[in-house]
Amino acid sequence: MLSIRNLHARVGDKPILKGINLEIGTGEIHAIMGPNGSGKSTLSSVLAGRDDYEVTDGEVIYMGQNLLDLEPEERAWAGVFLSFQYPVEIPGVKNIYLLKAAVNAIREHRGLPELKAGEFLKLVREKLKVMQMDEAFLHRNVNEGFSGGEKKRNEILQMQLLEPTLALLDETDSGLDVDALRVVGEGINRMRSPERSVLLVTHYQRLLDIVKPDFVHVLAHGEIKLSGDHTLAEKLEREGYEGIEAA
Amino acid sequence: MSQQEIDQLVDQDYKYGFVTDIESDTLPPGLNEDVIREISTRKGEPEWLLEWRLEAYAKWLEMTPPEWAHLDYAPIDFQAISYFSAPKKQGDGPKSLDEVDPALIETYNKLGIPLEEQKMLAGVAVDAVFDSVSVVTTFKEKLHEAGVVFCPLSEAVHSHPELVKKFLGSVVPQNDNYYGALNSAVFSDGSFVYIPKGVRCPMELSTYFRINQQNTGQFERTLIVAEEGSYVSYLEGCTAPQRDENQLHAAVVELVAETDAEIKYSTVQNWFAGDDEGKGGIYNFVTKRGECRGDRAKISWTQLETGSAITWKYPSCVLKGADSVGEFYSVAVAGKKQQADTGTKMVHIGPRTRSTIISKGISTARGQNAYRGLVKVLPGAVDARNFTQCDSLLIGDQCGAHTFPYVEAQEPSAQLEHEATTSKVSDDQLFYLRTRGMSEEDALNMVVNGFCKEVFQKLPMEFAVEAEALLGITLEGAVG
Repeated sequence: MLSIRNLHARVGDKPILKGINLEIGTGEIHAIMGPNGSGKSTLSSVLAGRDDYEVTDGEVIYMGQNLLDLEPEERAWAGVFLSFQYPVEIPGVKNIYLLKAAVNAIREHRGLPELKAGEFLKLVREKLKVMQMDEAFLHRNVNEGFSGGEKKRNEILQMQLLEPTLALLDETDSGLDVDALRVVGEGINRMRSPERSVLLVTHYQRLLDIVKPDFVHVLAHGEIKLSGDHTLAEKLEREGYEGIEAA
Repeated sequence: MSQQEIDQLVDQDYKYGFVTDIESDTLPPGLNEDVIREISTRKGEPEWLLEWRLEAYAKWLEMTPPEWAHLDYAPIDFQAISYFSAPKKQGDGPKSLDEVDPALIETYNKLGIPLEEQKMLAGVAVDAVFDSVSVVTTFKEKLHEAGVVFCPLSEAVHSHPELVKKFLGSVVPQNDNYYGALNSAVFSDGSFVYIPKGVRCPMELSTYFRINQQNTGQFERTLIVAEEGSYVSYLEGCTAPQRDENQLHAAVVELVAETDAEIKYSTVQNWFAGDDEGKGGIYNFVTKRGECRGDRAKISWTQLETGSAITWKYPSCVLKGADSVGEFYSVAVAGKKQQADTGTKMVHIGPRTRSTIISKGISTARGQNAYRGLVKVLPGAVDARNFTQCDSLLIGDQCGAHTFPYVEAQEPSAQLEHEATTSKVSDDQLFYLRTRGMSEEDALNMVVNGFCKEVFQKLPMEFAVEAEALLGITLEGAVG
């Protein structure tokens, strides 16, 4: 589904990604772990099309097309979803308004009819239940005054509604207490499907206890230093990143 | 967003830039007493009104143009402007839509003015001002049943002279300010609304203004009187065709709200803003003021200002009655090389008077947006309250936002609050929305509409939808 080949990216003059190679098959969950500043978030941002980063080399093939040629919204239409580490506030815009606009924008590009207000409300209520979110959420302004945990739940709620083919989850576990972590983790698990792939960026192993990845990769200094199955995450949790960084 | 992208955003053609080819009856440029007499004669006005105009003219001659606004423009040559233009008509003017020049109707249709019967059934009565003469007034009968008078001011002068005489100039006196005085001398036409005691006007009243003739300044004069316990909501929309020369527009609007009366006045202004260098846009110098004369009276101004090369406009409320309320909700957009200096004045005179000011300024390209507001509390306005919120939104880095809030409180028990913010549409916001499948333009519209929401909520439903759409058109091409 996704093939990252020799990807180099920089911010200004500073190289951040220095030749990433990664193959993600359909239906697989890959976890990217690594110390702070290793380039984890940069990787997901580059894949989603953030233009603060300049790609200097390499290519990314997503379902047969060159992902890097597409605008961020075109990637969304093609089924790519990014859950933000720091979801952005949009003052004055109600959450329900954004959710409905997003769902219908993506449906339009998939050749599906627009969801009417009633149909949408039914769908969103179902997903709210899964995420254990109150309906009042819909009528608050997007991310404004949300706690860290509420923001992350809201991201996963969006993922549930948009049903992406490739989900990029950037530090989705940060800022969550134990209960919220479980809700968010189970929300991700519900999205597991043979047609859907997930790239899960995280610093800690705790989310991986709930969402078991098929593969774990360790990113350090802009390169993948080590890959393995989920046992690698447990090993890292015990031994830390130090050994790998030195390698 | 790069500067080039921002330039593209603001760079879009004016959708309403067409000229209607109708024979019109226009006075040659120039202003003197004879011209004023000629205007008055052509409009068949009574002697007292001519005298009133001449008095105003004499006062205007002694005044000088105001220079305190944050605006930059060449002096206006008042002798180069024609002060009267009317479509030539056969006989005494149209009695029904069928009698109206089809080219006029076509113009209205292009503007999307709801003159068609379906729209009338939807409950909108329209008094359309085409250049200087009101052409069609609809739904008069239904209003007549309710006792509401809604007609061109020029007609009211004949049909309700005692009312016009009593209220004209009673809120904005002839010598109030330079452009107001000019208007008093040469005003062309406008709407007259009278809501009798205890009557709730059965529909939204609506007027569209449009400047058509080249070199004709347009000087509407609108007068709305709401008697005790009455209510009216009035909508005003403005567009003008694209021209090379700047055109002057100096209107006066007077509102009178008696005890327990409420007037809601909404404006969507989309006059031609000029090209990227500001050439050809409308100079919009407008005096709007309402007086809450009775206790518990209420006046609300809501405006969306997207057009004009220059906007100089401060819809104000004079709160005389005890417990009377004044409100001002405004969204002003300045793009291209537009300059907007707009805001409000709230004058608290009666005890426990309250006012609210919510101003949203949006600047893009090389636009300059200034909020100028005065909250004045006179001695005796015990426990008067004001809340002011001024928010500015910047798109790009060549535009400007300025805030000039003035406060004069002479009553120690008054409570005044002021909040101000300035923000930029961030790349983070746009990126976030784009990853959710929205185009860059839709993303920008969503952020901007969110910014304006508090004001749009105050517009009547139909107008709010139009306002959002208009804002979308105005910002078209602003990104990517």
